[in-house]
Amino acid sequence: MTSRRALLAGLGTALVAGMVAPLLSAYPLTLLTQVAVVAILAMSLDVLLGYTGLPSLGHAAYFGVAAYAVGILATDYKRGFLTCLLAGLLLATLTAALFGLIAIRASGTYFLMITLALGMVVWGLAFRWVSMTKGDNGIAGVPRPELPLPWSLAAPLPFFYLTLAAAVLAWALLGLLVRSPFGLSLMGIRESESRMRALGYNVWLHKYLAFVIAGAFAGFAGVFWAYYNGFVSPVDVQLVTSVETLLMVALGGPGTLAGPALGAAVIVFLKNFVSVYTKRWLLILGAVYIGVILFAPRGVLGAFRRERR
Amino acid sequence: MSKEGVTALYGRDTLSELALHLQAVSKTFGGLRAVDGVELAVRPGERRALIGPNGAGKTTLFNLIAGALPASAGRISLFGTDVTGMAQHRRAALGLARTFQITNLFPTLTVLDNVRLAAQARTADRFAMLRPVSGFADLQARAREALAAVGLDDRATSRVRHLSHGEQRQLEIALALAGRPRVLLLDEPTAGLSQAEAGHMTALLRGLDPAITLLIIEHDMDIALEVARHVTVLHYGRVIADGSCDAVRADPTVREIYLGA
Repeated sequence: MTSRRALLAGLGTALVAGMVAPLLSAYPLTLLTQVAVVAILAMSLDVLLGYTGLPSLGHAAYFGVAAYAVGILATDYKRGFLTCLLAGLLLATLTAALFGLIAIRASGTYFLMITLALGMVVWGLAFRWVSMTKGDNGIAGVPRPELPLPWSLAAPLPFFYLTLAAAVLAWALLGLLVRSPFGLSLMGIRESESRMRALGYNVWLHKYLAFVIAGAFAGFAGVFWAYYNGFVSPVDVQLVTSVETLLMVALGGPGTLAGPALGAAVIVFLKNFVSVYTKRWLLILGAVYIGVILFAPRGVLGAFRRERR
Repeated sequence: MSKEGVTALYGRDTLSELALHLQAVSKTFGGLRAVDGVELAVRPGERRALIGPNGAGKTTLFNLIAGALPASAGRISLFGTDVTGMAQHRRAALGLARTFQITNLFPTLTVLDNVRLAAQARTADRFAMLRPVSGFADLQARAREALAAVGLDDRATSRVRHLSHGEQRQLEIALALAGRPRVLLLDEPTAGLSQAEAGHMTALLRGLDPAITLLIIEHDMDIALEVARHVTVLHYGRVIADGSCDAVRADPTVREIYLGA
């Protein structure tokens, strides 16, 4: 019942976005494209934060490595979309699989600190491994992907549809995941690890799988980010990106998938409109965060979601 | 009881067929010996009560058996398999289930989802990722069955934190049952229940499948004796008496330290 309503609401939103898009001028369309990409990232983090109860402060790492993979392959090696997509997904998944081995041992604040440190490692590599990443200069001139479609993806509108399709796909897959027996086990871990262990779950393994899956989807977002931005730099893997993603999830409503996507929209629009007037964007972001914690601790969507007794 | 005592009681041949066998099991926390050389032999299908005053080490012993805490010394076996160094989830996979003295459930999930988690725990379905939970008919049936067994079927869609304390205690049992355990450790199932609720719980425990081996911690000796025929008394981490209810009741040491008479 509720999942059917969620399905309708999600598809409805995507449909409206798709219908409105042709009427928009270039700038709002760009922002809408950005929302679609960043929503994937926020939803992937929701699997960890909202469903499993693991607050990762290094989620930009998996997003970033995928973006770098695409950036390097598409410029230096002139590889096509499919190669770049697979390489980005693979690299993000492998990075998450490696980092997960280190991070999943900890929980709570310690997990937060370890993921933060691991995220900084990736940022350090992006910044210092100049021969590979071009360091602070970043990788410029990532071309828009070319696919055997009747429309050129270099144009903003077809590219928007591509990212929208990607976001809907990610939302559908993650939606299935969180409603599956495995997804239920993640919520069980969020609520009581000791009970899960007593029931016979290998809690470590379930958390690890969730971590790797979340990393893979963050990579999926990273691939489209590289194409969208046309430019990959250490900014994409820095701490602020991770924090912003965490904020999108908290703002929209952790454990709802659609909430973090909504949070992504709010943050992207706020960021772009507010930064026209002030450079103290992070200050506004902080204020928004405090407001959410005070008045809607379960996020915007959580506040509207009523529970049956 | 000494090892010879156990052998004498059950016969050497049946020793490997014990549902649960503890040999000289100890647990120390710093200088404190919470569990001190405990010997315990429970036959399959037996109902055994574990009693003792506060701080006797009953819950610690449960944690050792379930694998939530590592034993400092000794050997624990489950149906002849040495599980002493085995991870908690592997012991559960061998058919060991437990409930908690302090209610330990999944509070924001529904009652049905709580039991589903228990039902899928020992199946390969727990890793299924691309099909909704509701599509697994056999899990659903098992979850419903466990809820019906404890009389919570009409609360299936309620969130656990909206249940009364008594209902939460019933759900504790349902969670343990849904995994179809062979050995069930019950840690004070009547803790915090009213007299009427406790009576309901006792009836429920007496009605459990006789094939399930029960080890039950109980503070209230009358309730313990209603469910179990065989009683083990723990005091300062040691087994001080082990035998039939009447024998334990008559034991002078037990009368002195436990019954206070």
